Amino acid sequence: MMEKIIFGRYLPSDSVVHQMDPRAKLLFIFIFVGIVFLANNVVTYALLGAFTFLIVFLSKVKLRFLIGGLKPVLLLVLFTFFLHVFFTKEGDVLTQFGFLTIYKGGVIKGIFISLRFLLLIFVTSLLTLTTPPISVTDGIESLFGPLKKIKVPVHELALMMSISLRFIPTLLDETDKIMKAQMARGADFSSGSISDRVKAIIPLLIPLFVSAFKRAEELAVAMEARGYKGGEGRTKYRILRWSMRDTMAMLFLVVLSAALFILRS
Amino acid sequence: MDIKLQDVEYRYAAGTPFERPAIADVSFHIPSGQYVAIIGHTGSGKSTVLQHLNVLLKPLKGEIEIGSRTIAAGRKEKNLKEIRRRVGIVFQFPEHQLFEETVEKDICFGPMNFGVTENDAKKRALEAVRLVGLPEDILKKSPFDLSGGQMRRVAIAGVLAMKPDVLVLDEPTAGLDPRGRQDIMNMFTGLQKTNGLTCVLVTHSMEDAARYADKIVIMHKGRVHRTGTPRDIFRDADSLTSVGLDIPETVRFQQLFEKRLGRPLEKVCLTPEELAAEIGKLRGEIS
Repeated sequence: MMEKIIFGRYLPSDSVVHQMDPRAKLLFIFIFVGIVFLANNVVTYALLGAFTFLIVFLSKVKLRFLIGGLKPVLLLVLFTFFLHVFFTKEGDVLTQFGFLTIYKGGVIKGIFISLRFLLLIFVTSLLTLTTPPISVTDGIESLFGPLKKIKVPVHELALMMSISLRFIPTLLDETDKIMKAQMARGADFSSGSISDRVKAIIPLLIPLFVSAFKRAEELAVAMEARGYKGGEGRTKYRILRWSMRDTMAMLFLVVLSAALFILRS
Repeated sequence: MDIKLQDVEYRYAAGTPFERPAIADVSFHIPSGQYVAIIGHTGSGKSTVLQHLNVLLKPLKGEIEIGSRTIAAGRKEKNLKEIRRRVGIVFQFPEHQLFEETVEKDICFGPMNFGVTENDAKKRALEAVRLVGLPEDILKKSPFDLSGGQMRRVAIAGVLAMKPDVLVLDEPTAGLDPRGRQDIMNMFTGLQKTNGLTCVLVTHSMEDAARYADKIVIMHKGRVHRTGTPRDIFRDADSLTSVGLDIPETVRFQQLFEKRLGRPLEKVCLTPEELAAEIGKLRGEIS
């Protein structure tokens, strides 16, 4: 069941998106997250959607796979959708059952917001799917490098991030293993009332925490034993290179932002 | 309780780009009351097979008969609890599954999930703790205060307390000291002999497979390479080495001995005791 979660996984390939500089990808996403909020009508959403699918196509990640990975967040998307449908009071009244009145504006807004959500999830999942975690943190460290001047522990933060990213799959595997062990002892994670299910999680959470703490300690010891002492004077094995392709992507994004500005109502 | 696997196939992450084959065409029979060892190299599919035995994994092809139930590919299965109670699995490093405040509560977790009352569960916990060779006063301690070896025994007790008909063991002695290893293995054989428990042992240790098993299944690259009695399997050393496995020390010694002697002994000996007795018979001849 853990196999379905795609967030934080890396899918090796040799696509254009894979070969981009992680800094470019990070900047790209940072800006993209901003301009998604510019869209407010059918044309602009269509433009954003087309753009997103273009990236997906370029990344050679199968769309079916991306959509499959949406399942865990689908509930959240549906929740926001219905929240808007029920609580936005704009435009003509569509139907009315009992105390609930559904307005046309609400439905439209619900669709737009869900779309916005989906686009964001697509693009951010693509970042981790096309970039090895270690490159992501290299990129972050390099982008935030200037902050070192004002004593922000950029290297340490980047390290923390790469360690947590690195251990996502490990933790998922471990969850799966402990879940199976408890299921073999008759634990039931998938039926019963909500309070039953919450209680059923305890036999899973406690062993997970115990092993996570143990692992953290072991990792710290292993790092110290190999002479790790922070970012000071540490050289890089992987050197980031900004290429033409990255500049192109940025330019493309500028064009898209301009188009959104013009076309939004 | 018999378990029969028929052409079982499983792939991990089926339908995603991470899909990888695990096992295919796996068929073998675990007869009631027998001690079956599954051996094979790392990644040969042993652990995947094992998770099918109580339907933690469902086959993508083929079917599994567990007692009177048949689990076939592509069907929705409900009410797996009864199977899970009757087939107890002790996973690798089972001490990782401990979570309760006291050892007693942890051991009671399994039985109580299967509908045993608290009082009965406590009785079972006491019994199980004795079986695995721990002192009774451990019941009130926190499992996290115990040594690694004790935690292992508590975890095993947690499965024994479910009173399964089939006990599946995945490397139950990995990481234990030789003494504890022997104690635990002997305890399992004892249960098999006296209570008619069916045992399935997944192991790397050829010595354990030779000493305890009635039947051996060799897995290789996700398929069944061979099945047979230990004597059959270990007589044919080449077949074992071809899949990257070793023969037990005893058998190796016997082979060298036979080379010197110039002729084979009467039978393939599986334990040092057996071999010593066999060599003892020759006392008159070689002096």
